[in-house]
Amino acid sequence: MYNKKVLDVFANPKNVGSMPDANGVGTAGNASCGDIMKVYLKIEDDVIKDASFETFGCAAAIASSSVATEMIKGLTTSQAEAIKNSEVVEVLEGLPPQKIHCSVLAEEAIHAALSDYKCKRKETE
Amino acid sequence: MSDVSNQAKPQIYLDHAATTPVDPIVLERMIPYFGSTFGNPSSWHGYGRAALHAVDAARDKIASLIGAKPAEIYFTSCGTESDNWALRGAVRQSNKPVKHIVTTAIEHPAILDTCSDLEKQGVEVTYVGVDNSGIVSVDAIKEAIKSNTAIVSVMTANNEIGSIQPIAEIGDYCRDEGIYFHTDAVQAAESENLNVNDLNVDMLSLSAHKFHGPKGIGILYIRSGVKLGRIITGGHQERGQRAGTTNTPLIVGMAEALAIAVEKREEYVMRISKLRDYFIDRALSEVPYSRLNGGRIKRLPNNANLSFEYIEGESLLMMLDNKGIAVSSGSACASGSLEPSHVILALKVPPEIAHGSVRFSLGRDTKKEEIDYVIDALKASVERLRVISPLFNVEKGTGHYV
Repeated sequence: MYNKKVLDVFANPKNVGSMPDANGVGTAGNASCGDIMKVYLKIEDDVIKDASFETFGCAAAIASSSVATEMIKGLTTSQAEAIKNSEVVEVLEGLPPQKIHCSVLAEEAIHAALSDYKCKRKETE
Repeated sequence: MSDVSNQAKPQIYLDHAATTPVDPIVLERMIPYFGSTFGNPSSWHGYGRAALHAVDAARDKIASLIGAKPAEIYFTSCGTESDNWALRGAVRQSNKPVKHIVTTAIEHPAILDTCSDLEKQGVEVTYVGVDNSGIVSVDAIKEAIKSNTAIVSVMTANNEIGSIQPIAEIGDYCRDEGIYFHTDAVQAAESENLNVNDLNVDMLSLSAHKFHGPKGIGILYIRSGVKLGRIITGGHQERGQRAGTTNTPLIVGMAEALAIAVEKREEYVMRISKLRDYFIDRALSEVPYSRLNGGRIKRLPNNANLSFEYIEGESLLMMLDNKGIAVSSGSACASGSLEPSHVILALKVPPEIAHGSVRFSLGRDTKKEEIDYVIDALKASVERLRVISPLFNVEKGTGHYV
């Protein structure tokens, strides 16, 4: 069962939607497993200026996406890279055991978006 | 944040396949047996006799409502126990060196998990598939039966999609072949006529809380002459076949609830099937990319199971819950497993769409105004979740699975 914090975040998630001018986009999960998380980042001078997400998944996946994108705003790319799923769970004040993988998905989607950004930057250098 | 609206959130319960509220008349009938008539029906004194009298009357009533003899009714703690008893009891009784069970791919976990446990003990199990309406074919069951088949178990109606199985035909064949036939009729008692002779069954499971009776009580009907091993050992209750102190109040409640359900059945089926059809028609026409799981005929009159593409069922369940609507979902996330509903998958629905399935099960007291509210809430919730979903392009109004 979900705690009140998870329910509240799920009911009013932040950073929902795609980002046309994102310079780092990453996806984790797949539809047949029931969850896909897509993270959009706008990075300037190695700092995450903005983050948003689109998620197909359960309430825990949507709440994790909201919390994770909120957490990384203002962080440097290396700080964001160090974010662990357990920190997402902490902000959510806990997730049911079978939902921990939703927070892992958030971590993976952020990593994917960061490496997309790095790839693109290398190409332009 | 405070709620700006002064209106109380509505409470609309559309999860009657999970459980139902106890009918107030049933509750009233049960109360004396928690208090003044508390005796143990196995006791020889007056307290015991008073309680036994109530249990006997309840047994007689249930028997007459399903066309059975009172001595063929065995009280259990729930439908799950009844299913366990039927399968394990038949396997234990069989004299074949390797015992075989025939069942379907869409049974309740009470059957499927018991089968998988028995498989670990060396029992063979054949799981017969269903068509895309969720109906098993009689011929497929016939083909699955082998010389060492100890029991065939097919549910009367499915708990997720409400599909109604050809029980009488399967039972007819099993009787000719001399093979025990059990049906889990737990979902069917409110709307279907469950006469054990018309259905040609040897065993039938029921659970009271699915038809406005109390939780914690069920029956296994066992046709006289059918030999089953015991699974609950101890005292001599239930004619030595099922030990455990006789639960007088719940037994009284179950009998009353079944009597009410049978009495109201015709009117209930007429009203609720119309309301359910109205709901399905509106949902399918007003929510884009929605589909009905299972067929429209041979379906319990209160069941609607829908998939909404590009979103996940549990998040829809939680969003409807926020709006005061209680439903259930066949998504992996709602069940705690990684696989979506085995029932929806058995209909050959792709897993990503099975993840978006939601069951709406109407009840005796469901009103049209409630359904209208649910439709509005459903449209808004699906739309909102599609805005969040990466699989749906809101501007174009289309989606695709990557």
